[in-house]
Amino acid sequence: MNLLPFTPYLAFAGAGLTLLVGSRRATWARWIALATALATALFGLFAARVFVASAELQSLVDVSWIPLLGVRYHLAVDGISMTLVVLTGIAATAGVLFSWNIEKRPGAFFAFYLALIGGVYGVFLSADALLFFVFYEIAIVPKYFLIAIWGSGEREYGAMKLALYSFAGSALVLAGLLWLASTAPVQSFSFDDLAAAATQVGCGEARIMFALVFFGFAILAGLFPFHTWAPTGHVAAPTGASMLLAGVVMKLGAYGCLRIALPLFPAAFSFWQPMIAALAVTGIIYAGLIALVQDDLKFVIGYSSVSHMGFVLLGLAAANLRSVSGAVLQMFSHGVIAGLLFAVVGRMVYDRTHTRKLEELRTWPLHRLMPFAAVVFVLAALASMGMPGFSGFPAELSILLGAWRTSPWASVAAILGVVIAAAFTLRAVQVAFFGRTTATPGELVSVQPLPPISLPERLGAGLLLGAAVLIGLKPDLLLNWIIPSLHSPQFLQVITGGGS
Amino acid sequence: MKPYPWLTLLVFTPWIGAALLAFLPALSRKTARGFALLVSLSTLGIAVRLLTGFEPHVSGFQFEEHHAWINSLQVHYRLGLDGMSLLLVLLTGLVAPVCLLASWREEKSPRLFNALFLVLQGAALGTFLALDFFHWFFFWELSLVPAFFLIKLWGGPRAGRAAYQFVIYTLAGSACLLLAFVALFSATGSLDFSELARLAASGRLNPLLAAMGSSVPQLVFVGVLLGFAVKIPLFPFHTWLPSTYAEAPTGASMFLTGVMSKMGVYGLLRILWPLFPAQLQAAGGTLLVLATIGVLLGAFAAICQTDLKRMIAYSSLNHVSLCLLPLFALASTHGLTQSGAETTAAAFSGILLQMFNHGLSAAALFFCIGMLETRSGGHRGLDDFGGVRSAAPIFAGVCGFALFSSLGLPGLNGFVGEFLIFRSVFALAPWTAALACTGLFATALFLLTFWQRVFHGPRTALVDGHFPDAQAAELSGLIPLSLVMLVLGLLPQVLIGLFNPLVTSWVQAIVLP
Repeated sequence: MNLLPFTPYLAFAGAGLTLLVGSRRATWARWIALATALATALFGLFAARVFVASAELQSLVDVSWIPLLGVRYHLAVDGISMTLVVLTGIAATAGVLFSWNIEKRPGAFFAFYLALIGGVYGVFLSADALLFFVFYEIAIVPKYFLIAIWGSGEREYGAMKLALYSFAGSALVLAGLLWLASTAPVQSFSFDDLAAAATQVGCGEARIMFALVFFGFAILAGLFPFHTWAPTGHVAAPTGASMLLAGVVMKLGAYGCLRIALPLFPAAFSFWQPMIAALAVTGIIYAGLIALVQDDLKFVIGYSSVSHMGFVLLGLAAANLRSVSGAVLQMFSHGVIAGLLFAVVGRMVYDRTHTRKLEELRTWPLHRLMPFAAVVFVLAALASMGMPGFSGFPAELSILLGAWRTSPWASVAAILGVVIAAAFTLRAVQVAFFGRTTATPGELVSVQPLPPISLPERLGAGLLLGAAVLIGLKPDLLLNWIIPSLHSPQFLQVITGGGS
Repeated sequence: MKPYPWLTLLVFTPWIGAALLAFLPALSRKTARGFALLVSLSTLGIAVRLLTGFEPHVSGFQFEEHHAWINSLQVHYRLGLDGMSLLLVLLTGLVAPVCLLASWREEKSPRLFNALFLVLQGAALGTFLALDFFHWFFFWELSLVPAFFLIKLWGGPRAGRAAYQFVIYTLAGSACLLLAFVALFSATGSLDFSELARLAASGRLNPLLAAMGSSVPQLVFVGVLLGFAVKIPLFPFHTWLPSTYAEAPTGASMFLTGVMSKMGVYGLLRILWPLFPAQLQAAGGTLLVLATIGVLLGAFAAICQTDLKRMIAYSSLNHVSLCLLPLFALASTHGLTQSGAETTAAAFSGILLQMFNHGLSAAALFFCIGMLETRSGGHRGLDDFGGVRSAAPIFAGVCGFALFSSLGLPGLNGFVGEFLIFRSVFALAPWTAALACTGLFATALFLLTFWQRVFHGPRTALVDGHFPDAQAAELSGLIPLSLVMLVLGLLPQVLIGLFNPLVTSWVQAIVLP
């Protein structure tokens, strides 16, 4: 029996339970959250074991929900959603492990955390546009509270900015979808019916509808120039939430673009295509350059997320089999790697040194004080730079290969982005961890000892690194799911055969 | 029966050694050093095993391993060995243990130093053996990581900046290379070097590339060239070299110049030339000028240095640029006829010999400077030393060996390679050869200055005090190197025999019938 349809509810149930139990017993809240996250991850992996990729959405549940509006409760899975479900399981489990030290109202923290996870699972499994939207909104609300209550620095500002951008984006999406649905002969939000309706819409209207839906989703994916919520939000958020935000929530936007915007309006998409590609490439380079001059380590990682999501959007914009499969692979890869970077910076470094300023970190011989954190950060940085052997390399290579077919100049610009990424990542590594390489043993003693890296941190880091290396060496594990799914009729309207 | 995967074993032995070093924290410093040396020597052992099993007259690759890897991207796991790879594998096997011996006294986290060094060695070996772009690029890029940390953590006072500059320059070059291969893959659907070379040889590669745009064949060529030009380095992409070589710790400087600079030359011969003969011919004249500038700049800049390590760094630029001269001279010569066959053979043999010889002598010279540094508490200025010969006669002897080998003295290894290079370049591009000869003169001048100022004359204050002679660990690295230099100087055919059939096949490929 396939347990996938229950994953969102398992997460919601876990959220309720932690809220009930955890308000009194912090330890229980942690263990319940870990058990829940792990269980959803295992549900995903068990489903993945028996999953056979095919060129269609494989229905899991399909019942009528709100007949008046023609909304169905329809969950389905294909290779793309499978990939992202597995990613969510990994990111969620690692996020709990890195939130193990939350002391402030852990019950409520993990309740919001699990509710967010549940919403994300729901989005990735929905095959009805309105259902998709409902889960999408469920995922937005907990983000606000996680940042506003447990955040650091300018947390109210970061939380508010993020929530407003997200709601603005979803308002655009909703407007576009409702407009489209209103032109449909039958009242329905199923992807197929909407697509049928979209073929009847005039060319000019379709372009506007597409723009509403696509850019609405792209805000959450961090498309330049709508990305500014991302760095402030990521930085203000507590570690576990940053990991989910960068790791999974940004993927919701990209997934919405791919699953809904592109297949519904193939013609309008080709109109906007050059514009999207240009914005994506601008984002890659611009965010990279900004990251190069940040003096807050977490901002470096925040901007690097925007830069890496630019690759996802470039992959979608290039719209061929290779680039889009690369984009989905990059979603997975970035989810794992950004999570790891935020974990090191937020949990391992900041919670111990209480500073993220590069100027101050420079004076600590951190690689001597925290060798484990240094090694993990170096490996995560290499993965983030797109070194071969880590998941980012096959993903970016696929995107470049695909983009070369559609617009070679975009590939040239994107490769410049890779070099910039190497420059800012290496700078962060060098200044933060190896700022002082000449510490004498005496000095090491005089610095007050930092708390040792705990077991949950080690496990979480191992999980994320393992995933990045496994997919880096064997990207076929995911590509064998993704590529067949892109051969479905909906996608074939927008995606050219691309790869040879 | 399946053949034994010798090449995989060769590549992974250093990595397994590195992993063991990293995960066995209980090892004492001494054991860690000894273990790393043992691992490094065992790769030499495997290289010798390959040497004995190697059939020079068989054309194509030997000990080949070919497996499917990433089907969605048509990526294969493919390793193979020919005369050129064997030469460089042997060079790596020889130089690496000596580098470890040179850093034997490294007191700062020797376990990590040795582990990183073994990772670097494995990556270099992989680069010389992998035959599929993805697989090869994996090693090519990976080699930067340990090199960065070796320079950064164990280097001199400005090592951080040097390491950053080195890695960013090289990565920018690699990015161009990667983009060029993106275009090649889009045009041909293959990332296999042999497959691409076959396409190029049959004249189908350029039309396929040109189908994407009339300037694409040129751009792709430039992209691949840039990747190698930074690594070698070719003038004007050499600016990272002096500070990097000077700031790196001794063992890393030795490996950088001895082995890693050869990765770039190897790339030219294995990838650039077979894939883009027409473009290389068109660009040959320009490249020849750049290589000549490299030869002259390296030599004359070395004269002006007062820091010994920078001096040898510039001399490396000179020697490696010398490797490039015959290749570019050949490329710029149109329509070679049968009478040019001998010249062509001399050119290729010269390049390959020079790669090997420079690897040995430059590594030995950096080793000697490292010895001066450890004895003087970090000084390495030309004026800091004097009269070392009387204080440390054995040391003076081995260092003199390395100096004269670098100088190209007949009877030592450097001579044959340089002789072949000049013989061919004089025939192909006489003016270039004449100019490059002034570089030889300058080389002699600064190497002899080095010899005279450091080893003769009155003892300076640094030398006058406690200045011990070469010790067992140092001699056990330098003496084998010196012996190899001597043997190859007297019997160069030992090496030439390995790659001669390969050179003959190359000559046949480019000389008009």
